[in-house]
Amino acid sequence: MVQYTTSRLDASFAALSDATRRGVLEQLGRADASITDLADKFHMTLTGMKKHVGVLEQAGLVTTKKIGRVRTCQLGPRRLEEETAWLERYRRHWDERFDELEKVVEELKRKEKSDERKNRK
Amino acid sequence: MNAKIESKPAPVKNRTTVERTSDREVTVTRTVNGPARIVFEAFTKAELLKRWWVPKSLGMKLLSCEVDARVGGKYRLVFDASPEPAAFFGTYVEVKPYSRLAWTNDEGGAGGPVTTVTFEEQGGKTLVVLRERHPSKEALDAAGTGAVEAMVETFDQLDELLVALGESSGQ
Repeated sequence: MVQYTTSRLDASFAALSDATRRGVLEQLGRADASITDLADKFHMTLTGMKKHVGVLEQAGLVTTKKIGRVRTCQLGPRRLEEETAWLERYRRHWDERFDELEKVVEELKRKEKSDERKNRK
Repeated sequence: MNAKIESKPAPVKNRTTVERTSDREVTVTRTVNGPARIVFEAFTKAELLKRWWVPKSLGMKLLSCEVDARVGGKYRLVFDASPEPAAFFGTYVEVKPYSRLAWTNDEGGAGGPVTTVTFEEQGGKTLVVLRERHPSKEALDAAGTGAVEAMVETFDQLDELLVALGESSGQ
């Protein structure tokens, strides 16, 4: 797990260390684009852009899919991971709350029972 | 993209689930060991609410807690956040004893999320379903990011809190 995280982190930092690749991410944040579009925008050869996209893809920052003859790029599964991490933190907060709530409810239940016993006497 | 998170099954503990049920809504579910009447009471009486509402890991103390759980009634919770106390407040828009509650969250200004809670009793236990509905997808996304930042900020208070909690539970 640690190994996995570290290698993912390395891949991310490596991917982000290049200005063109940061630009590509920024671009994809606005809209999906084909490799040809990206190559044009960054005044690059198709092969050069393919390399950059490959690095981003390896880091999980970008995914690509081929539709017909066009390969379209979009921001990658990283986003889903972030959302999952957020939901997990949120869940933990609620879990802690409800655990405390159960204690309060338990106490009230006990109190009711003992009140009932007193009333019967 | 409905990522669903569940706590690991444990023999005694009830599970809390959180699910992003739409672009602008998050739903929390949990079964509580007790009748709806008592669980509802714990949600609507200030002296009970303040005993469980603050997540332990948040590292914040509740300075005050006022609750007027009637339709149109207000609530106000003040935390000792740094650098200055943070208030959370709003208005109850639905109060149906033992089955349904809804309130607005107005600390961020008008158009904040609305929280709806339903209580469903089944065999002496109560299924609590809490929905937090935001005005837009962007608002929910921003709330998520904010929560993450808040967690990082308060993380270094955690040790201190754990010590304090250990002391208070030992009493």
